[in-house]
Amino acid sequence: MKSKLKALALMLGAAGLATSAVHAQEKVKIGFITDMSSLYSDVEGKGGATAIQMAIDDFGGKVLGQPIELLTADHQNKADIAASKAREWIDTQGVTMVFGGTNSGTALATAKVAQEKKRVYFNNGAGSSALTNEQCTPYTVHYAYDTVALAKGTGGAVVDSGGKSWFFLTADYAFGHSLENDTTAVVKAKGGTVAGAVRHPLNASDFSSFLLQAQNSKAQILGLANAGGDTINSIKAAKEFGINKSMKTAGLLVFLSDIHSLGLKNTEGLLHTTSWYWDKDDESRKFADRYFAKMKRMPTDVQAADYSATTTYLKAVAAVKSTDADKVMEYMKKTPINDFYAKGGVIRPDGRMVHEMYLVQVKALADSKKPWDYLNIIKKIPGDQVFTTKADSKCALWK
Amino acid sequence: MEIFGVSLPGLLSQLLLGLVNGSFYAILSLGLAVIFGLLNVINFAHGALFMLGAVITWMAMNYFGINYWLMLVLAPLVVGVFGVVIERLLLRWIYKLDHLYGLLLTLGLTLLIEGVFRSIYGVSGLGYDTPELLEGATNLGFMIMPNYRAWVVVASITVCIATWYVIEKTKLGAYLRAGTENPRLVEAFGVNVPLMITLTYAFGAALAAFAGVLAAPVYQVSPLMGQNLIIVVFAVVVIGGMGSIMGSILTGLGLGIVEGFTKVFYPEASSTVVFVIMVIVLLIRPAGLFGKEK
Repeated sequence: MKSKLKALALMLGAAGLATSAVHAQEKVKIGFITDMSSLYSDVEGKGGATAIQMAIDDFGGKVLGQPIELLTADHQNKADIAASKAREWIDTQGVTMVFGGTNSGTALATAKVAQEKKRVYFNNGAGSSALTNEQCTPYTVHYAYDTVALAKGTGGAVVDSGGKSWFFLTADYAFGHSLENDTTAVVKAKGGTVAGAVRHPLNASDFSSFLLQAQNSKAQILGLANAGGDTINSIKAAKEFGINKSMKTAGLLVFLSDIHSLGLKNTEGLLHTTSWYWDKDDESRKFADRYFAKMKRMPTDVQAADYSATTTYLKAVAAVKSTDADKVMEYMKKTPINDFYAKGGVIRPDGRMVHEMYLVQVKALADSKKPWDYLNIIKKIPGDQVFTTKADSKCALWK
Repeated sequence: MEIFGVSLPGLLSQLLLGLVNGSFYAILSLGLAVIFGLLNVINFAHGALFMLGAVITWMAMNYFGINYWLMLVLAPLVVGVFGVVIERLLLRWIYKLDHLYGLLLTLGLTLLIEGVFRSIYGVSGLGYDTPELLEGATNLGFMIMPNYRAWVVVASITVCIATWYVIEKTKLGAYLRAGTENPRLVEAFGVNVPLMITLTYAFGAALAAFAGVLAAPVYQVSPLMGQNLIIVVFAVVVIGGMGSIMGSILTGLGLGIVEGFTKVFYPEASSTVVFVIMVIVLLIRPAGLFGKEK
């Protein structure tokens, strides 16, 4: 009798373990890792986590009968921290989707971990086009923008309006190099020239020296191949040293948070390309107002994309009734995305989400009618004109 | 005329820009040197105090309409008082312990102060306009020098030299120096050494805040602005020699210039050149360029 009881207990125990293992696998856990404290944290950071949580809540907080969990971490702009955190999350927490954030160095490192562990990997904040080109993986979805789109959007528009000779001020790491190279290609293809480039360390505080070198090059256009705090300080110093009198500044990656910080007085007329703008249409305004109520700031395009990407992922999990990365990826790649962020968005075989981009210009102070009213949309650029083409792609998955 | 492919006017302008950054290094490393000299505390909170100076200046302008010139005096006073609080409440208890404890305590303070302001203002920074009197730029022939940056050099060198004079050439300074060497003996002569120590820390904090006010119109006022600078400033102090007043001033200015030239010849290394120099100096003169071996 005793041994029978023991066997029964063991069986029950084993059954319990088995069911919990199945459930552990089917429970959706999103691990969001981005810059939460340094120069890029206003671009995405806590606001990104808020947007993801909003998407989870709007989805009902549950999928496959289990609550959806969100983990967040600060990678401090260090690729090793990002990669080891992702690995830890997947191994010990059972994270089903890794959500990478700003900083291309960390994004490329994390994408590799996700590929090795077969987990879906989303990224909105990082710019490097290598994510879906040379270093593409079957599990990467690059959702919001990339350096090719910025180069074709802003670079193309500036050359077309007569800015033929360029000098780059480039952040010295994966993203900056990628943006400089992609823009150089666009400028040269349209008959322009590049007079030179100076590469500054990430998170530099003083840009005056680099800017004087740019001025001495006698180029017409100062191309800022940097982002966040670095772009802000470059634009500020360019104004102080009167660089903007002899050269026109093209901000290759400018976020709404940068313009807010610098003020319209310092940024008036600045041309740049963005993946979304809160005042673009009614649907977008509706999301922006809800976000504003929580964060007291308008969302950047990256934060809006965080919401949209999360919804896209959760819908796919619900549709295939599994968190299996291969099944989820297959579904997402054949299902168009239609929400306030993207209309008819398509995730290509290389993982690039292709959608409309916007060439925008910063308004003059007098034209700004309400708080956060900063941008005029100059041109809507269809996705197939602005992202990498199949002919230019080196991604083995898209041949 | 060209030197290594860079025109002479180009080099001259980089020299001047280096001097501007060097002024910040000098005034910050001076404060660190003074504090280390008397308190034996490696004040990691110096960057946070620098940031406080800038943020208070911004707050005074935006919430109370107090102008730049007044804040040049007020911000160091406020931060100086804050320094008194830190010294009396916290630092006092760890003088007998290893240097490491002071470093950890002040690092903790830094994280706390920066964290508070980051959660209120974010990291993109707050704009602070150049005071009207110093707006615009002067054409020096070889470059356009913004008037405000010239003022930064003049103001910080003046303050540095005044500090050096007080410490090295006056009776008060003599007490300070004597207190560093042998606090017990000085106390026996009727000098209130604990008060002197408190005021020294407050003065060091005030110097950092003064640099912060100077920096407000140049950089975006941001909770992270001190973090970016403080590591370099520590290297400056180590190169100059811990506790050496003149050493830290000259090294600060000198390294600003070296860094400026690096930005022309090999910009990628501009954030590391100071540390390379630090390694070399430590290998050849472990006490620093101006430090005395004990």
